[in-house]
Amino acid sequence: MISIQSEDFDSGVEYAALRDSGAGTGAIATFTGLVRDNGDTQDVSGLFLEHYPGMTEQVIAGLIEEASRRWDVRKARVIHRVGRLLLQEQIVFVGVCSAHRGDAFAACEFIMDALKTSAPFWKKELSEAGEHWVEQKASDVARGEVWEN
Amino acid sequence: MTDQILTVRFFARLREELGTEQLTLPAEKDQTAGDLLAELASRGGPWAQLQGGQPVMIAINQAMAKPATPVKAGDEVAFFPPVTGG
Repeated sequence: MISIQSEDFDSGVEYAALRDSGAGTGAIATFTGLVRDNGDTQDVSGLFLEHYPGMTEQVIAGLIEEASRRWDVRKARVIHRVGRLLLQEQIVFVGVCSAHRGDAFAACEFIMDALKTSAPFWKKELSEAGEHWVEQKASDVARGEVWEN
Repeated sequence: MTDQILTVRFFARLREELGTEQLTLPAEKDQTAGDLLAELASRGGPWAQLQGGQPVMIAINQAMAKPATPVKAGDEVAFFPPVTGG
């Protein structure tokens, strides 16, 4: 299931829902991303997140499908927030249920890495100095490419 | 076909710098996404950055595309900077 929303989420509630994925699930991996104070600019006070409605959901659904072809994925959950977010707020949640930990870790990391370089979201950092659209990082692109093999 | 037009959308930094979220253009025969970028870049000013400036990503009907991808009447073409979510 995929949600793009401005509201915050409760990772406890999401984890409980992932646990309810059948007796075949032996491992759950989750990742949560937060707004931090140092990005492209210093003393970031928050972010503005823009997305391309419709395409975003399609791209993420494609990533979950690809993860399901490559690993044992019994259930997957992706939440990504948009709009104005303050420091230390939650931005993104990825949770994957698998039979074993290796598949859960790999699928969760793959979805997160691929989301960063292919899902149409854009971050703008807000600070005292003004606003700054974040540039795509070569390190993020490199992490995405690792999964192409 | 009744409406021979393309919808063009811009996001994030491009949307702000071009001061344009969406526009409609007449669809032309044998046109590619790259042709469309060149045509828009020729408007000059901030539009010039669409060619030879920072990388521009292309989506056609909400799927990633390349400059050589054809565009046709009724398509939704989007131009945006490299993505930075997560």
